[in-house]
Amino acid sequence: MGVRAARFVAILFVVMAIAAPAEADDFASLVGRLAGDSFADKEKAVTALGAQGDPRAVSLLQALTDGHLLRGPDGRVVVSQTAGETTRLRDAVTGEDISRTDPDSLDRIIVNNRLRGAIEGALGALSLFSTDPAVRLAAARDAMKHPSAPEAALLEKAIAVEQDPEIRAAMRQSLAAARLASGSKEQRLAAIRVLGTTTDPQVNNLLDEIRANRDLDPALREAADAALLSIGNRLKLVGLVANLFQGISLGSVLLLAAIGLAITFGVMGVINMAHGEMIMLGAYTAYVCQQLFRAFLPAGWIDAYLGLAVPMAFLFTGAVGVAVERSVIRFLYGRPLETLLATWGVSLILQQTVRSIFGAPNKEVSNPSWMTGGFDPIGGFTVTWNRLYIIVFCFIVLAVLALILNRTSFGLHMRAVTQNRAMASVMGIPTARIDALTFGLGSGIAGMAGVALSQVGNVSPNLGSIYIVDSFLVVVFGGVGNLAGTLVGALSLGIANKLLEPLAGVILGKIAVLIAIILFIQRRPRGLFALKGRTAEA
Amino acid sequence: MWGFAPSEDKGKWGKRFWASFAVCGIVLALAVPLLNTWVPPDSSIAMPDYIVPLLGKYLCFALLALSLDLIWGYAGILSLGHGAFFALGGYCMGMYLMRQIGTRGVYGNPLLSDFMVFLNWKELPWFWWEFDHFAYAAAMVVLVPGLLALVFGWLAFRARVTGVYLSIITQAMTYALMLAFFRNDMGFGGNNGMTDYKDILGWDIHQSSTRRGLYIASVLALGLGYLVCRYITVSKFGRLLLALRDAESRVRFLGYSVTNAQLFVFTISAVLAGIAGALYVPQVGIINPSEFSPGNSIEIAIWVSIGGRGTLIGAIAGAVLVNSAKTWLTSAAPETWLFVLGALFILTTLVFPHGIVGLLRRPRRIRARAAAPMPAGEQA
Repeated sequence: MGVRAARFVAILFVVMAIAAPAEADDFASLVGRLAGDSFADKEKAVTALGAQGDPRAVSLLQALTDGHLLRGPDGRVVVSQTAGETTRLRDAVTGEDISRTDPDSLDRIIVNNRLRGAIEGALGALSLFSTDPAVRLAAARDAMKHPSAPEAALLEKAIAVEQDPEIRAAMRQSLAAARLASGSKEQRLAAIRVLGTTTDPQVNNLLDEIRANRDLDPALREAADAALLSIGNRLKLVGLVANLFQGISLGSVLLLAAIGLAITFGVMGVINMAHGEMIMLGAYTAYVCQQLFRAFLPAGWIDAYLGLAVPMAFLFTGAVGVAVERSVIRFLYGRPLETLLATWGVSLILQQTVRSIFGAPNKEVSNPSWMTGGFDPIGGFTVTWNRLYIIVFCFIVLAVLALILNRTSFGLHMRAVTQNRAMASVMGIPTARIDALTFGLGSGIAGMAGVALSQVGNVSPNLGSIYIVDSFLVVVFGGVGNLAGTLVGALSLGIANKLLEPLAGVILGKIAVLIAIILFIQRRPRGLFALKGRTAEA
Repeated sequence: MWGFAPSEDKGKWGKRFWASFAVCGIVLALAVPLLNTWVPPDSSIAMPDYIVPLLGKYLCFALLALSLDLIWGYAGILSLGHGAFFALGGYCMGMYLMRQIGTRGVYGNPLLSDFMVFLNWKELPWFWWEFDHFAYAAAMVVLVPGLLALVFGWLAFRARVTGVYLSIITQAMTYALMLAFFRNDMGFGGNNGMTDYKDILGWDIHQSSTRRGLYIASVLALGLGYLVCRYITVSKFGRLLLALRDAESRVRFLGYSVTNAQLFVFTISAVLAGIAGALYVPQVGIINPSEFSPGNSIEIAIWVSIGGRGTLIGAIAGAVLVNSAKTWLTSAAPETWLFVLGALFILTTLVFPHGIVGLLRRPRRIRARAAAPMPAGEQA
């Protein structure tokens, strides 16, 4: 409390200094007064410096608390800066280098505790005028916590010179809070109207206090009521938007996990239970790439490791997929339930192999710096960069895959083989090679999905088994053999999941979605976008 | 409609069958308890106490495998949610055993189990009522999995959801149940499940005599389950199931009610799985939601397919062999178990599609083929 009290007193002085311009002087004379003998006078000078909002005052006051502010023989104030061995002296007002002055002729300017409190208050006030926008923003937000009349005066001054719109908005909000606490009735009403447009939970508390205070003007309390209502509505809207974004994000993760399966299961008819392990292998590829970058390349390059991880994951898991197809699956075409058992076996072996090599505990794959953090589009919830990039990545993968399927001769061969193997073979299509490549493509995409998933969650040998049930549901729900169905299926499952979460909780929401899918499949056993005609019965 | 009259193949219920069935049953039911009780513990053929519930557990798994074989091997319905019926039967038994603890729990509450006291519940939830009566619990062991299978199957088979789609939605079912049972406020002990049982029907569950009794009960259940499955599969209805497995549309066009046939056999199978679960729980002493995990259900399919899909004896042999191997390997070389299991999955599907039984029968069949002239229809 001591610091807060001192701060309050300091701000009060600052405001008094503003209110009495006769005492306020130019920067130079205020600095000169710091060298005086009277502590009371020094304190007045400090608070006046705080109120002036001159950025030079920040380093000066900091030097004063640290004992680096000296008084020269001619009464001029000198800042001593120590960098390593050398100490340089500068004139506090002009910044002129006067290192050649005899150090013995300088006296340290003494500070007492009372003065320290004043300095802290002045520095706090000055941070509203700091040259660093981040400091200004933090100060503007911080001001919200101690609304008072002097704070309001300071904020008004700061708003007048502020250029950055975001900081201005934060300052306006804090100013409204300060006015609400101490202004006239009109000011308070205006403040309530301003606060009604925000979503800060602190504002809710302030308005609640107004509403609960029976001594206040009824008009004020009504206004507070209305403001609270509008805040509540806006919070609901923000919550909805946030859920939608998280739903799309979850949907994109599901989509990434399911696209590969849409090929191996949807197009080839192989119930690929090892699909989840392909995702897991992709995530471990990302981990290995990260470790290689850390070990062998300069530290600055680490942000680029994903550039290597994505193609490596595609190639590596694609190669594993081709190997699995050649050694196991090619003997099982047309017997889907047996592919299920054999690929389950493959998945157990892959899981245990990874566990033996890397160990069972989770591995940490860090986001590159350009994927960390986020931004706040409408106030109240943050869109994180990693999720946004995954959504974008997922759509790129889907688009490229659609192009391959529909616009390349490989895609044409692939569709021909899956629709009518015998006829395709008669037409000279090398069916065995197409099978292997198709399975490799599906697995490779799963590998890239693994790289993406490593950016939002843990990397462990069990990673794949988390997604396998969901991936199958997405493919079946959307309609087997249909990329558009997979897209719609994944997004609707993701969004439904996230919209149900606030109503029913995470687990119950998920259970509700599962039951809904089970019931849906009874109604439409072939999914949302069922193939029609002769191919449907194949 | 389909009837249960035995097919013309009289040998299926002949004296030879009954004799071998009786011998197997008596040996299984008597040998283990006798070796456990009367042979001195230092003898080389003695059964240590810990082996009895272990063998009992294998028999429960055998009954579970039998139930899956009935629908997968004969009717072509691969359920990947059979572990759910097993676990539900197990939970019903677990609830009875929890109620038997009475005041001997940590909190000593006569009505509420420890986890309920821990969750600060004041009253017994309605779905726990009457579970202190064994008869009620036993009825629930049959009814809960049976009703779930009836409703789920009715929804699925009526819509002609078969093959892969059925496998995937049954998997979704067991996954949803797993998530639900992991919740603490479901009222089934959450992720810890239920354990620390004291008595069953008044006998101390840790006594070796009780364990021998449970083992004999498991043998009886497996024997009865085997007879039921055999009765179904060798009857005319069994032939219908085989036809369904091989050409569902054709059976439908011939005027049979495919939905009813599938629903009937699916429900019977779920009930058998539930009974297996109920016998399993007192022998291992715990039931928790991981029994619902989709991986467990897939593992049942591998027991069946290793033993020999479509042969009842194969399902039993597969379950016992795979689980013995699991017990041995997970203690001898834990890292290799998943490699072995994975390799078993791949090898049985690729190399031995008829499993162990197919491997044993092959020479006999080839000899029979060589001796008898080939029927006209099979020459193509």
